[in-house]
Amino acid sequence: MQRIRFAKDKTARYFMLGVAVFIILFLLIIGFSLFFKALPIMREKNLWNLLTSSEWKPFKGEFGFSSFIISTVYVSLIAIIIALPLSILTSIYLNSYASKSIRRFFEPVVDLLSGIPPVIYGVWGTLTIVPIVSRRIAPLFVEYSTGYTVLAGGIVLAVMIIPLMISIMVEIFRSIPRDITDASLSLGATRWQTVKKVILRRSFSGIIAAMVLALSRAFGETMAVLMVCGNIPLIPHSFFDACYPLPALIANNYGEMLSMPSYESALMLAAFLLFIIVILFNGASRLVLNQIEKRYHFT
Amino acid sequence: MNIKFAEEKIFKVIMICSSVLILGVLLYILGTIFHKGLPALTLDMITKLPGGGFYLGKEGGVLNAIVGSFYIIGGAVIISLLISVPLVMFINYYLPAKSVFSAIVRFSLDILFGIPSIVYGAFGFALMVYLGIKASLLGGILAVAMLIMPIMMRSLDEVAKLLSRDLPDALLSLGSTKYEMAKVILKQLMPGLITAVLLAVGRGIGDAATVLFTAGFTDNIPVSLGQPAASLPLSIFFQLGSPVEEVQNRAYASAILLTVIILILSFSSRFFSSKFSKHKI
Repeated sequence: MQRIRFAKDKTARYFMLGVAVFIILFLLIIGFSLFFKALPIMREKNLWNLLTSSEWKPFKGEFGFSSFIISTVYVSLIAIIIALPLSILTSIYLNSYASKSIRRFFEPVVDLLSGIPPVIYGVWGTLTIVPIVSRRIAPLFVEYSTGYTVLAGGIVLAVMIIPLMISIMVEIFRSIPRDITDASLSLGATRWQTVKKVILRRSFSGIIAAMVLALSRAFGETMAVLMVCGNIPLIPHSFFDACYPLPALIANNYGEMLSMPSYESALMLAAFLLFIIVILFNGASRLVLNQIEKRYHFT
Repeated sequence: MNIKFAEEKIFKVIMICSSVLILGVLLYILGTIFHKGLPALTLDMITKLPGGGFYLGKEGGVLNAIVGSFYIIGGAVIISLLISVPLVMFINYYLPAKSVFSAIVRFSLDILFGIPSIVYGAFGFALMVYLGIKASLLGGILAVAMLIMPIMMRSLDEVAKLLSRDLPDALLSLGSTKYEMAKVILKQLMPGLITAVLLAVGRGIGDAATVLFTAGFTDNIPVSLGQPAASLPLSIFFQLGSPVEEVQNRAYASAILLTVIILILSFSSRFFSSKFSKHKI
């Protein structure tokens, strides 16, 4: 009886250890398999040329990624520029001003926004944002725009990353010891002065980390952006041009290109680039955020 | 001196505006989807398979996509439960509290959590080609499992971290093995586990990029793992791409279905997590 119990315990322990090791290795497996799939195109062409050329003619063997990379960066930057101030203001409001009932009311709002699937955001974007951009905003700046533009992609993406940023920032602001804000308030500072001089200053690194995390989410967002940004493989010259981010490139072409090995390899390179960038951004911001969380738990 | 009070007031107004704006956007999204989709939402949508000429605006529904989505997410949840539960038990109760190994595992989970779904989709497809599997229910299940595994693990880990250490200590001091202890603790974690599953289902069922290459698309309900499976997000996407107005309207109706599923999942996970915090020992 005893022996069976211990044998069970031991088996379970080894199984669990195996699972844990697998999870760590899984990251490496994904990375390496994407890398090896992307290797043929990198051998065939110079990597630097691939990244800087904007010539995208798969059937002539031209694979220049720069228009896709630039599109991804533009769309993500617009999203961050819109989402960052809104998220900071709202999280400060929720943390320092709002009453408990408002805070409790806002929790499901943020949850729902983060739970809505990308496709639904895409549908909403095509129904509302695209016509608004095409009819209201674009005519102020350019002669004609379809609405399926960098700007539309950025706006939809902004709405998608706001809940992520709010939930992280609320945590960060909450981690600031009550004593410090109380001290500032008791010296006669207004709430806003306290926010400005104490809270924002103290959580600066956290806000940057939240922003970087949101940026990496924005880089990888596929479906919603694909549905509103036009998908034309040219470098966008203004916010009212169509664009074609990396994830959309993969989604639109992968699966149909198996007959062309170099095409497949090029798309795998796109996935590998995305993977590496996201890992770097994610890793860096998680390190900062974990540090903040530790400070919160041990002080 | 009055400047600081004026500033206070101005910024308070700006902050309230920004909060209201975010609430407004949520309502705007839900409003748009329901406004556009309700007229096309009929019982046929939920109970019928796409008939002949469905994509030209003729009879039929999206039952194939609804069932397909639930098959895919069901399989993915089973696979990821089998891996998540042992892992969370291991890093919380088998390893010492401040172990470097569990810190590495948690960090990997954070990274895996951030990997875009399209990368999982592409990797899943490459893996399927390597293993010789065609776009099928099985492929979709594997890809979605990869996507939701880190979500489930992190959410379960959060709950496990909050559980008091007294219970495991008491069990061990009574002479139970760690495995027996883990089984008892799992019961304590049950509400948290349900929340984690609901969260993962919500994320997995709405994701189109993972199933795009891996699960394929079909008008029928798959009867084996080797057959392709339709899914709701892809069904919405394909119908929306049609030039026929009726088909587009049905895309909006399908979007309502997906949104309602997400709303139900979100509220029930909220319900379970509040229930959990009430009975915490």
